[in-house]
Amino acid sequence: MESIKITNGMKPVLQMKDVSVSYAPDTYAVKNVTTDIYPNTITAIMGPSGCGKSTLLRAINRMHDLYTNIKTTGEITLKGNNIFDMNSMEVRRMAGMVFQQPNPFPTMSIYENVLAGYKLNGIRLNKKEKDEIVEQSLQSVALWDEVKDVMSKRGSFLSGGQQQRLCIARTLALKPEILLMDEPTSALDPISTNKIEELLLELKDKFTIIVVTHNMSQAARISDNSMFMYLGELVEHGNTTQMFTKPKNKRTEEYLTGVFG
Amino acid sequence: MSLNIKTSIDSRNGKNKLIYILVCLFSFLAMIPLFLILWDVVSKGYKNFNINLFTEVTPSSMDALIANMNGDPIPGGILNGITGSILIVGLAILFSVPIGLFIGIYLSENRDKKFAGLVSYLTDLLQGMPSIVIGIIAYAWVVKPLGGYSALAGSVALTMMMLPMIVRSTEETLKMLPASYKEAGLALGSSYTSVVFNILLPSGFGGIFTGILLAISRVMGETAPLMLTALGASVVNWDVMEPTSALPLLIWDFYNDPNLVELVWSSSLLLLIVIFLLNWIAKIVARKWKV
Amino acid sequence: MKDKIFRFLLFFAALIILLLTAGIIFALVSRSTEAFQEYGIWGFIANPEWDPRPATEEYGALSFIVGTLYTAFFALFLCVPFSLSVALFNGEYFKGKRISSFVRSIVDLLAGIPSIVYGLWGFYAVRPLIIDLGINAQGFGIFLSSIVLAIMIIPYASSLSTEFISMVPNKLKEGAYSLGATQFEVIQNISLPTARSGIVASYILALGRALGETMAVTMLIGNTDRIPKGLRDTGNTMASVIANQFGEADGLKLSSLIAIGLLLFVITALINMIAKLVMKKVASI
Repeated sequence: MESIKITNGMKPVLQMKDVSVSYAPDTYAVKNVTTDIYPNTITAIMGPSGCGKSTLLRAINRMHDLYTNIKTTGEITLKGNNIFDMNSMEVRRMAGMVFQQPNPFPTMSIYENVLAGYKLNGIRLNKKEKDEIVEQSLQSVALWDEVKDVMSKRGSFLSGGQQQRLCIARTLALKPEILLMDEPTSALDPISTNKIEELLLELKDKFTIIVVTHNMSQAARISDNSMFMYLGELVEHGNTTQMFTKPKNKRTEEYLTGVFG
Repeated sequence: MSLNIKTSIDSRNGKNKLIYILVCLFSFLAMIPLFLILWDVVSKGYKNFNINLFTEVTPSSMDALIANMNGDPIPGGILNGITGSILIVGLAILFSVPIGLFIGIYLSENRDKKFAGLVSYLTDLLQGMPSIVIGIIAYAWVVKPLGGYSALAGSVALTMMMLPMIVRSTEETLKMLPASYKEAGLALGSSYTSVVFNILLPSGFGGIFTGILLAISRVMGETAPLMLTALGASVVNWDVMEPTSALPLLIWDFYNDPNLVELVWSSSLLLLIVIFLLNWIAKIVARKWKV
Repeated sequence: MKDKIFRFLLFFAALIILLLTAGIIFALVSRSTEAFQEYGIWGFIANPEWDPRPATEEYGALSFIVGTLYTAFFALFLCVPFSLSVALFNGEYFKGKRISSFVRSIVDLLAGIPSIVYGLWGFYAVRPLIIDLGINAQGFGIFLSSIVLAIMIIPYASSLSTEFISMVPNKLKEGAYSLGATQFEVIQNISLPTARSGIVASYILALGRALGETMAVTMLIGNTDRIPKGLRDTGNTMASVIANQFGEADGLKLSSLIAIGLLLFVITALINMIAKLVMKKVASI
């Protein structure tokens, strides 16, 4: 079910048509999802545990390619290009991902972590370019002041919230088209969660963000548009405010009112 | 906004594929020696691999020379080696298993004590000792005082080699058992001794027995320490105080005697069969009795 | 009461290890003193001469120390590409797949083959190749020994490395993939650096194994008692000279051989200690 979304008057940056993902023959984690994501919006994907929201997210940057038993079907278009026609590495540069568990690389310093995307892709930069990118990325996640004096140290001493912001900075450094966030605050305390939510609201000006969340109040707080998934199917999607106040589907209503969780 | 830097994705993908191919190639090459060795041993050893091997003792060099000159197959077998290995390794098992078990139990029960840490460290040290040095020690402690080579000296050497392995596997196996086993046993009013023998050891049987089998298969093929201790004999010997032969020692003797050299392959074949059999049984036991 | 006795027995058993180690050290040291007194500790170690002839008796360990180092390090060098490939095969590329357990089994079998059989194979199968390649006229020497030794230590070098490579957390690798890296780039920048301490430790342990290896080397190295002139030359290692010449030795010669055994013991103990220290660093990363 679809209702009017917030589009900022622009064409969608990501389009999904009939996307399905299976882990084994005839066992579908995601079934025939069709939806559009618009530029400079935050879209929340919500639903109970096991509904397929993370699986759908990971299909967008072709993470499923890493696992031979997972099959993805359907069309996913990023900025007009079919992601399955592109090289998977290009797709992942355009669609950056932040994971539930903060995962700064332990063998690299904070400075090196921010630039990890460049190093991994074999892009050479001179010192000036490197410094610029690091400062810019860390500033955009409000981490610069906190770490600018300890950038040569490994990131393991940072708090969970700081580590997660470092991971976001690392992803932003590659200037992706969209940001895919897989329950980015589930592992964090309320204060860090708050900080990251504020951060996402700021980043929305420059990026398009999709956030998978199991916390519907988070979805209500920060998202422009929402998608509600249940048992692998996209039950309803549209403008967040409308969905929360006047859900079109009974299931959506039940989920939002806590009939099931 | 997205980056439009030319990162030559093609060359990176090419490099990726190349490394993949190299890794597979080198892994394949690493496995080839096994097949080459097996092929050599089997193809050259099966000729002499008959019942005589198991029933007769080694021929003298003279007899072999005569047989060679007449174009006859070399007479005799390796019975003295087989019985010798059984005697020496059997004794070593008798010495090393009880002691190794006890030490392993001690280490798993006393993890925090400094003494246990020291013992653990020294056990690793012993495990790393070159077999020839162990031979020297057994020579100094048994051969010299007794005034001669003996099966006993050989057993002492092999015991020293088996001990660290049995200690380690016993300790590791027992450490993996849930603490609740021991607690439940004690809570039923059982004595500590009883808990160890009736609950812990049986529960850990798989890992412990596997460790013992692997230790046996390891020392079955050891030559160097036996050269300095058991020396070898051309007759079947069950007297532990006398010099005794063993399979690897025989192989070494055959190798050094141009008249007997043909026999190296059948004896090696037998040795490999025994070792691989032990390893295979160990694997089955490990799988069936997973802790 | 029964428990008290039992616990005492356990303690006593553990004590045996202590006594055994002390006994070993004492036995080696006490029997080496004759040689060390004759030449001085450093004099013995640095002397390249080894002459058992009664009139000109003179003993020194240097030739064998050099021979040992040559064979062990050359073998380590040769085995790296193969063992690292096996480790990556099992720990990364085909982790958890059936072909990986097949490869693991084969490599385990390699570890089970006794040293003397490796020596036989080296003599009959590899030596002719060495002769054909013109490396050495008789085929014996450092080259032949190191090749066979390298094959022998592949299982030791690869098994621990495999463990550590396969323990690299998935979330780190996914993080790198999500930034657009190829599998090789993930291995190069994430997996190997994270597993580095474990990999280094496994090579140190493999080195320790190579240093103490006796039978195969004895059969293939050519048994000459002088410093090898290069990798193509023959020589002797500390282990092989003991194996060869212990039989009839007595007096100063015997003491010299035992002194070499002591040196070998010390070197392998040091190597194992270094490996343990490197492994401790693993825990801290």
